[in-house]
Amino acid sequence: MDYLFSEETKMVKDLAHKIAEEKIRPVAAKYDQSEEYPWDIIKVIADAGLFGLFIPEEYGGMHVNVLNLCLATEEMSRACGGIAVCYAASALGTFPIVLFGNDEQKKKYLPDLASGKKVAAFAVTEPEAGSDASAIKTTAKKEGDYYVLNGLKHFITNGGDAETYVVIAMTDKTKGARGASAFIVEKGTPGFTFGKKEDKFGIRASSTRELIFTDCKVPKANLLSKEGMGFIVTMRTFDMSRPGVAAQALGIAQGALELAVKYARERVQFGKSISSFQGIQWMLADMATGVESARALVYATARMVDAGIKDVAKESAMAKMYASDVAMKVTVDALQIFGGYGYMKDYPIEKYVRDAKITQIYEGTNQIQRSIIALQLIKEMAK
Amino acid sequence: MNIIVCIKQVPETTEVRINPETNTLIREGVKSIINPFDMYAIEEAIRLKERFGGKVSVVTMGPPQADNALREAISLGADEGFLVCDRAFAGSDTWATSYTLAGAIKKVGSFDLILCGKQASDGDTAQVGPGISTHLDIPQVTYVKKIEEVRDNIMRVERMMEEGFEIIETPLPVLLTVVKEINEPRLPSLKGIMRSKSAKITILTQKELDLDTQSIGLCGSPTQVVKIFTPPQRAGGQMLTGEISEIVTKLVELVKGEVH
Repeated sequence: MDYLFSEETKMVKDLAHKIAEEKIRPVAAKYDQSEEYPWDIIKVIADAGLFGLFIPEEYGGMHVNVLNLCLATEEMSRACGGIAVCYAASALGTFPIVLFGNDEQKKKYLPDLASGKKVAAFAVTEPEAGSDASAIKTTAKKEGDYYVLNGLKHFITNGGDAETYVVIAMTDKTKGARGASAFIVEKGTPGFTFGKKEDKFGIRASSTRELIFTDCKVPKANLLSKEGMGFIVTMRTFDMSRPGVAAQALGIAQGALELAVKYARERVQFGKSISSFQGIQWMLADMATGVESARALVYATARMVDAGIKDVAKESAMAKMYASDVAMKVTVDALQIFGGYGYMKDYPIEKYVRDAKITQIYEGTNQIQRSIIALQLIKEMAK
Repeated sequence: MNIIVCIKQVPETTEVRINPETNTLIREGVKSIINPFDMYAIEEAIRLKERFGGKVSVVTMGPPQADNALREAISLGADEGFLVCDRAFAGSDTWATSYTLAGAIKKVGSFDLILCGKQASDGDTAQVGPGISTHLDIPQVTYVKKIEEVRDNIMRVERMMEEGFEIIETPLPVLLTVVKEINEPRLPSLKGIMRSKSAKITILTQKELDLDTQSIGLCGSPTQVVKIFTPPQRAGGQMLTGEISEIVTKLVELVKGEVH
């Protein structure tokens, strides 16, 4: 399907495709196995300028364009969902600064993130605050020119490898959700350490760690926006980043579909290519239709965000939920087409199933996305 | 250091199809790319520029669409592109091509180094690079796998041999042809691609170059392709069995039969 991209967007897509095929695909299995952070690929992505896709030009980026970001993420996810998420998670950690940072904060942090010299991470989740982000226990107590942070964040993507963190902590517990604030915390700040690195089912090239804050003094100047804005920062950030997660799911689905079609053409049983069997053909047709409808939804949502439409919560939720459900179904069906071979790690397809699963869970489980969509529907009707 | 890189646009395939009537390559329907070996020459030029400063100029001879190859080189970090393009140059063999390119290089300006890929993936002759150096009367080193040192107008390079390598010191300017062991070519950057889209490509025709008309194009090409064909597949061999002495006797008889 032709989505009538601008010249610039085509350029981004082609370049990301090249990186994916020439640099990422050959090492996808290696990083999946070793769980090392793919610094060499991060450097390739940085040299290509793709970290600039979510940062304004005056701070060293190319300008913020969610559609471009989605295409870069989708293309790289076709080759490896794990490596692509290292990139996408840096966008997630950067958006709060782009959206809410003051000029000084932007000048200090964005140029190194735009050049890819540093990567970012966003820290909201805690052991007891997953879908219920209002249950956050990490505190930030104001003391003179500092906020003193105490608490534990976990499941933080790019945790330990990122240099720049945006951390959500409670500045006033009595106010509930309105008592949360967002802080920029640099790696190496005294009192900021890392806990265990998670051993994951999928996206194993990406790092997921605990962040531990023990009387960690963060300069007052690192508060994003104002005290009490933590949840607004979080929600607005997710509105921007959800199309990216959807694009990751879309890329994983597309990658699995391509492998399945290729395998179906090559595999011979009963003296014929299995692609000549209607049972396989119908599976492939359903997979391709699912992928294309997810794609249309993801691109349309990204274009809404880029057009400056403020209220995209419903569409973002739909894109993320739908694309990730498609990714799960398509990757499982792709493995089915590979048959017994698909179950073996010698073949690349089982990794796609493992990589796809997380997209239904993180940045709001798909159950939470459905709640967001339903709430919006009810609100719209009540207007 | 001013560096000139000579590149060629080739079909993106290892299975080149040939028109049996005209004995020329069938280019229709095949995507064109920069000759893979030339990518190493471009990369090495950019690395040298990053180390020593200067300018990288890329030159290609070909049809108007070879403009794309020059823009791709610019997206990787080259500074300027020259397209040597004229109907008068059509049908050039490696001799006429290297004569024409040498003429174009004189127009591009002063240089310290010319880099070429070791050969083109379509013609596989490996003659144009050495030909250019001959026409320009400068030294050449072929199959370079490493530039060890550059100092006081001297360059020391490693030249790949079938077994081992040679270390050669040469004065500048010099023409080097490079092998793929020399580096790992980078990918373009978004900024580079944007710059390449708006870059000006200088077109050099026979009018600008004013070359000897007897030395260019088809009439300047001593090579004539008489016939291009796919060699017939080799038939299976014949296995001789038995005692060694019997086999030897049989073999000698067979060879004698073949000779007569």
